[in-house]
Amino acid sequence: MTYIAKPKFHHPSLKKNDLGYTHRDYEGKISTLCAGCGHDSITASIIEACYELSIEPHRVAKISGIGCSSKTPDYFLGNSHGFNSVHGRMPSVLTGANLANRDLIYLGVSGDGDSASIGFGQFAHSIRRGVNMTYIVENNGVYGLTKGQFSATADRGSKSKKGVTNTDNAIDLVAIALQLGATFVARSFSGDKTQLVPLIAAAIRHKGASFIDVISPCIAFNNHAGSTKSFDYVREHNDAVNRLDVLVGRDPISVDYAPGTVQVVEQHDGTKLALRKLDADYDPHDRLGAQTFLARHAAKGQIVTGLLYVDPEADDLHTHLDTVETPLNTLEADTLCPGSAVLDKINASLR
Amino acid sequence: MSVQSPISSVNDFVVRFANVNGSGSASANELFARSILRHGVPVSPRNIFPSNIQGLPTWYEVRVTEAGHLGARGGVDMMVAMNPQTWDKDVAGIEPGGYLFYDSTKPMPTSKFREDINVIGVPLTAITNSTYTDPRQRQLFKNIIYLGALSALLDMDPKVIEQLIGEQYKGKEKLLSSNVHALHLGRDWALQNLKCPIGLRVKKSDKVGDRIFIEGNSAAALGAVYGGATVCAWYPITPSSSVAEAFTAHCKKYRHDPETGKAKYAIVQGEDELASIGIVIGASWNGARAFTATSGPGVSLMTEFIGLSYFAEIPAVIMNIQRAGPSTGMPTRTQQCDIIACAYASHGDTKHILLFPEDPAEAFEFAAQSFDLAERLQTMIFLMLDLDIGMNHRLSRPLKWDDARQYDRGKVMTADMLEEGRDFGRYLDVDGDGIPYRTYPGTHPTKGSYFTRGTSRDRYARYSEEGAVYADNMQRLVRKFETAQDLVPRPLQANAERPTKYGVIYFGSTSPAMDEAIGLLEARGHLLDRMRIRAFPFHSSVASFIADHDFVYVVEQNRDAQLRQLIVNENGIDPVRLVPILHYDGTPITARFIANSIGDHQDHLKVTPLRKAVS
Repeated sequence: MTYIAKPKFHHPSLKKNDLGYTHRDYEGKISTLCAGCGHDSITASIIEACYELSIEPHRVAKISGIGCSSKTPDYFLGNSHGFNSVHGRMPSVLTGANLANRDLIYLGVSGDGDSASIGFGQFAHSIRRGVNMTYIVENNGVYGLTKGQFSATADRGSKSKKGVTNTDNAIDLVAIALQLGATFVARSFSGDKTQLVPLIAAAIRHKGASFIDVISPCIAFNNHAGSTKSFDYVREHNDAVNRLDVLVGRDPISVDYAPGTVQVVEQHDGTKLALRKLDADYDPHDRLGAQTFLARHAAKGQIVTGLLYVDPEADDLHTHLDTVETPLNTLEADTLCPGSAVLDKINASLR
Repeated sequence: MSVQSPISSVNDFVVRFANVNGSGSASANELFARSILRHGVPVSPRNIFPSNIQGLPTWYEVRVTEAGHLGARGGVDMMVAMNPQTWDKDVAGIEPGGYLFYDSTKPMPTSKFREDINVIGVPLTAITNSTYTDPRQRQLFKNIIYLGALSALLDMDPKVIEQLIGEQYKGKEKLLSSNVHALHLGRDWALQNLKCPIGLRVKKSDKVGDRIFIEGNSAAALGAVYGGATVCAWYPITPSSSVAEAFTAHCKKYRHDPETGKAKYAIVQGEDELASIGIVIGASWNGARAFTATSGPGVSLMTEFIGLSYFAEIPAVIMNIQRAGPSTGMPTRTQQCDIIACAYASHGDTKHILLFPEDPAEAFEFAAQSFDLAERLQTMIFLMLDLDIGMNHRLSRPLKWDDARQYDRGKVMTADMLEEGRDFGRYLDVDGDGIPYRTYPGTHPTKGSYFTRGTSRDRYARYSEEGAVYADNMQRLVRKFETAQDLVPRPLQANAERPTKYGVIYFGSTSPAMDEAIGLLEARGHLLDRMRIRAFPFHSSVASFIADHDFVYVVEQNRDAQLRQLIVNENGIDPVRLVPILHYDGTPITARFIANSIGDHQDHLKVTPLRKAVS
């Protein structure tokens, strides 16, 4: 998808992270999406989050389905293996990859068509299983690559660019993820990098199924009046419940904010999430409360953003399956094959 | 009584049990088969069951065969008619002079019997009810009681059955003694009230040797354990479910870390076949050996991923336990009907490797080998079993494993190789065999990463829609498929005693029936050279075998002669030279069917010259 080579040189004084990598080391190829696409902002946020967390770039596996959003893994983490798989099937491919090597970080990138329509089942079941992953949906409510058809996240009553009104009910992936037991659930907006970058960083550090729905306006087919996924609409209806700071190996810097408005959540791996609460009523540890809150605000036409739910003590599919700590893909015949002596005994038991 | 003389045969007859599904008869019937084996006499049992859990008719057929003919024979010498629903059909199916064994507790009108068979009534319900009060016990022990009566009628050694019961209920004294008691209830009644033994007899022999008695699905699952599979994802579908269940059972026994108790495997029951194959492909992409087990409808659902595996060159193994199609077809009946569907699965130009094991021993070997082939060739491997091999206990040579054997992980570029400066092109044919190198995700900080996709790309995995680049890659895939020809199991050829112009090609579960049919055909004066195909792509010896004969029969268990089509298509053979012999009613193919079909065709070929006929 990229025809233009991206220059590799960079300013010598570019800042380096704890591992000595610059921001540029987390970039990928040049995007071939439309200029101004919300997805490119999400790509930038992923790069930022990985840089901030000082992740070794090659220790991430980027897996996607098919669609505009699913093309983006080519545009970040150029030293990571990526897999642009089958439409709607990112979750199963990611699950298998995760089972093969539990030591890598799994980043699943999908879109609203990919996850809410053709891949709705796989989305649901990967969340149910608690696969340790960061599952990002770049949600624009429209099929971009096939030029503007509604997707299943398009709100009822919203208008397409051609003037058609959507009469089907919308699927809210955040509500579904909460219901299915995701242990980290957030929503954000591609145009709100200050909110999005820490959410991605926190999701990566979370052990378990992390889900982030990112509203990402399609400037080609879904950024007009009558759309509920346009830049203007989302900015007007965005109701952020909190803002997040992710602190790895540092003390929380809660002093900057008024007492009572900062809540510190410590995740399994020691990461501290400092939540600046914008809505005094909101409790991100209450799954049921989050579902109610979401439904109440949706009825008012508000798009709730922020960290909606987190279970800091979550576990994952490997815990459920009680697999060995060593990645399965490194095991060889000496540990996997029971050998001929055992086979002789098996033969004897079958006579 | 009968005018027909009773069938008299030692160690060569067919007993069929007609039961009601869910009545607990399966274990008693299997005990019957196993106890004959312990007499040193080979048996070949088959389950004939409906797509149902409880209530519908089910049959269990045991072919007792000192000669070792393990295919289905056809015909029934003794019917153990325990199901009133199917009585009429069951009675009608008995060979003239055969035997009908039934529960005589309630009198039956004479119209329900036949003149030309021998009727043996045992009041099973009466015996059972006078001994047991618990309804479940009554149901289960009734089965053991008829087994006891049969042991007397067929002259079987009760000690052999007792020993088997002892092994089965080792450590469960109460169950053990009550089963032995039930066995003798039936046996003693028969000895006191009937003429024992009858014309059908089991006589101790030594024809079983060191062979084992195992289901193909269990053997294939064990092959996956030995072959190093660590990830299994599956979705329940008859007749393949017992592969995943057996893999789970084998892994629980042999795949836990002795120190930590943790699992050296991961098994996921997917939400559907799409997820199952997706998990397999994700795991294989990431360097684990992974497989799924399914049947025809599941393969249909997986085809998009199968195309990805072919084009993006990701190893994967699908065990396809074939059943009768199309659509839902006959889920509990056997066929070899997915040959074309698997060979060319998915859209665009695709070709896949198929392995055709003939029995459990080969199912084990080929299953283990399929992971080596998948990683060596970086593509999808289909292990093609069917219900007949998969879900029936089959007498099979013992399973063997060479402890010196290492897994062939194929061409994988390591961090050290990348560090040395080796040129890494994910789709670069460095050795001329069409097989490129791959890297596992996470190998090296700055070298060896690539973007896997189902869209076209160049030799260095860079996206490209250039026609020449696309064609270059497609040509390399053809080269890779040619390489596969010499890596997959070769066909096995067995020639007739004297040179003949005729040959026969067969594969998979047809094997035992074919072996037996050769003898029947020879008796009719028809000599055939045989070739058993064990894999696709076909080895060059297949084409030469066909070239060496005037006609070659292709015996298969499907309507459309799918293997024949594949041979014609792939080898450019004149279709006229390949005569299809097709069996596709859902029952396993028999020697009688093969011998009659080929024999009739051969008879027609022997045209007597006109002059000779007149003179």
